Amino acid sequence: MGIKSYCFKKSLWLYHFAGASCNNCDIEVLDCLTPRYDVERFGMLLIGSVRHADVLLVAGSINKKCKSRLLEVYHQAPKPLVVVAIGACGITGGVFAEGNTFAGPVDKIIPVDVYIPGCPPKPEAILAGIVNFLNKS
Amino acid sequence: MKQKTIIPVGPYHPLQEEPELFKLFCDGEIVTDIEWETGYNHRGIEKINESKTFEQVFFVVERICGICSTSHPFAFANAMEEIAQVKVPDRAKYIRTIIAELERIHSHLLWVGLAGHFIGYNTVFMWAWKYREPILDLFEIITGNRNSYAMFKIGGVRRDIDEKDYSKILKILDGVKPKAEMLMKAVIDDPVIHMRTKGIGILTKQDILDYCAVGPTARASGVDVDIRRDDPYAAYPLVNWKVIVTQEGDVFAKAVVRFLEIFESISIIEQCVEKLRKDPPGQIDVKVKNIPEGNGAGRAEAPRGEVFHYVITDGSNSPVRHKIRAPSYVNVATFKKSCVGQTISDATLALAAVDPCYCCTERMAHVYDSRTRQRVLDGRGLIQLSQQRTQTLKKNLFGKNT
Ligand code: SF4
Repeated sequence: MGIKSYCFKKSLWLYHFAGASCNNCDIEVLDCLTPRYDVERFGMLLIGSVRHADVLLVAGSINKKCKSRLLEVYHQAPKPLVVVAIGACGITGGVFAEGNTFAGPVDKIIPVDVYIPGCPPKPEAILAGIVNFLNKS
Repeated sequence: MKQKTIIPVGPYHPLQEEPELFKLFCDGEIVTDIEWETGYNHRGIEKINESKTFEQVFFVVERICGICSTSHPFAFANAMEEIAQVKVPDRAKYIRTIIAELERIHSHLLWVGLAGHFIGYNTVFMWAWKYREPILDLFEIITGNRNSYAMFKIGGVRRDIDEKDYSKILKILDGVKPKAEMLMKAVIDDPVIHMRTKGIGILTKQDILDYCAVGPTARASGVDVDIRRDDPYAAYPLVNWKVIVTQEGDVFAKAVVRFLEIFESISIIEQCVEKLRKDPPGQIDVKVKNIPEGNGAGRAEAPRGEVFHYVITDGSNSPVRHKIRAPSYVNVATFKKSCVGQTISDATLALAAVDPCYCCTERMAHVYDSRTRQRVLDGRGLIQLSQQRTQTLKKNLFGKNT
């Protein structure tokens, strides 16, 4: 068992980073916590500080102003870390890719492990994405 | 000189989903001034729109803000219809109104949940978000997506509501009504919530007028504005409903306004569905071939207040200029009034009370010590402070064992 799979064997803690998003992806991430989807039953917890996180969820496109913040957040996080790009915006920039403030999709800035497409992806899709990754590793 | 502490909240804080930076200037526990910094969410949408066709602009404006993903297309459609001088068929008007009101219900429930979370009542958060789910299911039934509905186009709507869906809509709304009532009673009768929200973050009528605040923020301070009534559009003049206004201007009043609006919205939707039922299925859009040169303004009442879109066209198929003003843009400015003089734990609540949407306005806070520049509190600390306060109040009220 590699160190990576060892680290992700038990309860994952999630940190959610909202870039220049439209909020929908962020709301769907929060939705995963609420009674219908309830990720807490799997031991997943949304936490307020990236220093305690196993998973970094990045939603939304990244603009010039929040790019440095994303790097800062990434460097503060303990490794190994799963980075999940959520939504069309996180993966390619989506409708905002043409914007004059766009600073590149998430994977151009930090390494990304999981891509969850959709605009916005459904909460089920977000859960499935993370679970699939865990099964693989 | 007197020492002041700066508490920065943000830009990435657990208080709100979106990034923004608030700096609270504090003297002891009391907030004496506030500054905020935005731009973390700037996407250059107005500029992007200039390179899109009118049909495509709808999909972009829908993604300005995911929570009000009807209001922006609605206002844009109003502006374009003003330029093209088209009359929208009645059936399309009713469908538009239904979608817009469903959105208001889900948005207000979302706010109630978040407000509950801020004061440390996670039960309210979980409840409100649970009862919001059936509304999202309804969206999925009608439009095929939980958010970002893609229902609008110039001259009408993209999809009709199926006849067999009427009863589903009414049934789900019937289910939501008692739940919302229960939630409202739980919030309004709770003595701890009274102590936390009454008299907090008061905005007087004059403040509202000075800062041009709109929507439920204004209506909770006795300013009777509502675009749905003042500048009628879609099916609002065709159904019976009333504008909810309260006088106190504090956080509690804002919660009451939002709760009562949920019930108004349910009644509007029910009336619209009845009208749709009576009319046989018919036209849902008019074909618009050319958009002439001109300019038009469109307004719509989003869950947070007035959305304003201004479009200039030159006879081609894309806008020359598209100006968007979202309600939070004006509402956020009222923080200067509502937070100053409050304790830090109340300030977070006052910040949340206007239901700011930073994706619309495009904005977080940390507390720093002004001498050492060390971070003393961040968003998380602020929430904890707020939650602790509720707990102490609870203890004092009900004794030790609660
Ligand atoms: S992917 Fe879609 S829903 Fe998600 S932030 Fe981007 S525009 Fe919004």
